[in-house]
Amino acid sequence: MSRITLAHGGGGRASRHLIEHEIAHRFAGGPLEGLPDAATLRAPCTGLVFSTDSFVVQPLEFPGGNIGHLAVHGTVNDVAVAGGRPLWLSLGLILEEGLPLEVLRRVLDAVAESARACDVQIVTGDTKVVPRGQCDGMYVNTAGVGAALPTLNLDRRTLAVGDRVLISGPLGDHGMAVMCAREGFELDAAPRSDTGPVHRLVMAAAAAGDGVRFMRDPTRGGLAAVLDEVVDGLAVGVRLDEERLPLSAPARAVAELLGVDLLHVACEGRVMAVCAPEIAPEVLHAWRALPEGHGAADIGEVVAEPAQVTMATLAGGRRIVDVPLGELLPRIC
Amino acid sequence: MCLAVPMTVVEITPDGGGVVELEGVRRSIRLDLLEAPGVGDIVIVHAGYAIETLDADEAEARMALFRQLAQTYERELGGPVDLVARPRGEGGG
Amino acid sequence: MMRLVDGFRQPRAAKALAQRLAELGAALGERRVRLMEVCGSHTMAIARHGLRDLLPPNVTLVSGPGCPVCVTDPGYVDAALDLAERGARLATFGDMLRVPGSDRSLEQARADGASVRVFYSPAQVLEWAAAEPDQPWVVLAVGFETTAAPLAALALEIRRRGLSNVSLLTATKTVPPALDALVVDPALAIDGFLCPAHVSAIIGAEAYRPYAEEHGRACVVAGFEPLDILDGTVALLEQLLRGEPRVENRYDRVVKPEGNRTAQRAIARAFVPVDAPWRGLGVIPESGLALAPELADLDAAIRFERPVTAGRVNPACRCGDVLKGIIAPSGCALFGKPCTPDRPFGPCMVSSEGSCAAAWRYGRARATATTGRTE
Repeated sequence: MSRITLAHGGGGRASRHLIEHEIAHRFAGGPLEGLPDAATLRAPCTGLVFSTDSFVVQPLEFPGGNIGHLAVHGTVNDVAVAGGRPLWLSLGLILEEGLPLEVLRRVLDAVAESARACDVQIVTGDTKVVPRGQCDGMYVNTAGVGAALPTLNLDRRTLAVGDRVLISGPLGDHGMAVMCAREGFELDAAPRSDTGPVHRLVMAAAAAGDGVRFMRDPTRGGLAAVLDEVVDGLAVGVRLDEERLPLSAPARAVAELLGVDLLHVACEGRVMAVCAPEIAPEVLHAWRALPEGHGAADIGEVVAEPAQVTMATLAGGRRIVDVPLGELLPRIC
Repeated sequence: MCLAVPMTVVEITPDGGGVVELEGVRRSIRLDLLEAPGVGDIVIVHAGYAIETLDADEAEARMALFRQLAQTYERELGGPVDLVARPRGEGGG
Repeated sequence: MMRLVDGFRQPRAAKALAQRLAELGAALGERRVRLMEVCGSHTMAIARHGLRDLLPPNVTLVSGPGCPVCVTDPGYVDAALDLAERGARLATFGDMLRVPGSDRSLEQARADGASVRVFYSPAQVLEWAAAEPDQPWVVLAVGFETTAAPLAALALEIRRRGLSNVSLLTATKTVPPALDALVVDPALAIDGFLCPAHVSAIIGAEAYRPYAEEHGRACVVAGFEPLDILDGTVALLEQLLRGEPRVENRYDRVVKPEGNRTAQRAIARAFVPVDAPWRGLGVIPESGLALAPELADLDAAIRFERPVTAGRVNPACRCGDVLKGIIAPSGCALFGKPCTPDRPFGPCMVSSEGSCAAAWRYGRARATATTGRTE
């Protein structure tokens, strides 16, 4: 089996060979042509949205995707929910000596295919190799630039009582997929990661007109963490309806077994939006028309309970939606 | 730890262990604490050990009772019961 | 098979049961009723599903000492840490990790270099110990009967395999002696007990007969899904209205009158009853389980010559009163400020089944509520 060696990161012939044969040809036809050290880009707008994310997921590959998918979708989504149209990504790789070349290829294929599907270009990057034992296979960083969309004006301070809380699909599939892969659960029907781009969901919401107050993708910490940040310091809060939370059957089963609350589990391809009640049905309709939004649901409302996130339970009672101390499931993304 | 969710025994090994399954998730557990476990039994698992079997017929009967209760109340009240539950805090002390 | 879980969470049936509770509360009239649940799983389920909101105003449901981690003396953590300092590898349930000892928790000690490994099943220790035969492993054996049975099976298996590098530091306890202490305390005035789900699976529904027949308390064994708990509470109120306290088993899909004989036999072979200290309740006779004489060499306290002695409890910590049901978590001056799951002062705030942890996670108000009560 071919493996990454320290020579591949040394800057010499082995490095160049790796970059030309594995990286450049997957991302050809753009600024990477000729392998310059930096990309010179012309922005089609006056405002830019810029974001970066690093990915340390363990294991590198899991049902529904691999670290390459996460690396593209994660940054594309951060740019999108901040109101940007994603354009360009950088790709930084830190590889562990001994990493099988086949794994690297699958990850790079995932990066290329995800970038194509999101209509973004990988324009610059870097590759380093560290000695065996020093980075758990592979760490990836992507930074992304997008054009600021003038139509999207998101401010959580505009939340008003009666606004609806929407989610674009089932909660916690990504975190549960990684958990199962890591724990080596034998599964007939494992939860599959929901890793995917959300920018089309964001643009569909923007197209519904004024009234989208706020959007965020619930990654680490899950929907609970996002909502907690949204209501922090506000005079209003959020009340979720447990009966209406969309949950996939495999994720539910594993969560019950492990005693995990799916509100705390990371998604990697979902958007939460808070909208004025008049446009919520339209946003839902637009989301459900997209493949990545077909499980979208209206899951709650903004209420006059300052800075609190609560939930009406299945049993008809009420409880606080808490945010756990640390990361329940480490190395999820 | 499997939090006492009912799971089905799908395999029994001669060393007193077994494999249980729920919605496609399989776990290896110990069966030492059951008298005569059989494949197809539904068991309650705690700390990696099956601690009792669940009587599926009793479970079905009780679930049916609950469904009936819901229907009875809804009939009496002329529609689905819609209680506004006022929060009471812990209600203790 | 999630239907066996979902079937006991049907929202429409929950509403019907809540309606029934309202009717029973009204039928009780001026009478105020105090019920106690003594099972950590019940504590958590009640909080997670917001079930207290559904009780009539004249019915109070207090949490009792149903969390074995919560009733463990801090001296037990001190003893475990001592053993770690002598080179033992500690193996424990995750719940014990952040419980404060007199000075430090296991988690803090682990950050300082102590060997502490978390299992989801004590059976995992068999593999770990076999993989490192030169290393002494100590299992932190904490739990009620539901866990005592697996721990008994583990101890017997250690003996069967002749593993010489594993021992158990026991703080295992049994529930009925605690109920004995609770029923004779006039200050508590408990009218009825919501009896544990899975402790009862081991010990049997008949174990609660004395509390009904000799002490006149209503007793209902209930499962821990929301409908089970609501239904169990309905059954308790119906008994109190009729004035006929007895033991009723509403979890008969799992619990037998005589319990699980195989599990009971394992416990009887591996353990003997001893007097044991319960946080908040003092020493309760015959309420603890120590390793039986034939297995005494598997007792870590004997093997390492380090008996478990009483630890130092923070005087401001009122876990003891919470565990007895005298105060609710919010009644403790430390609750929320500064005692939180991030910075716990006592075990009730740490354990996944602790009353304070449940109240904090699911029931506290973050901003000052208009009621003026900090919850």
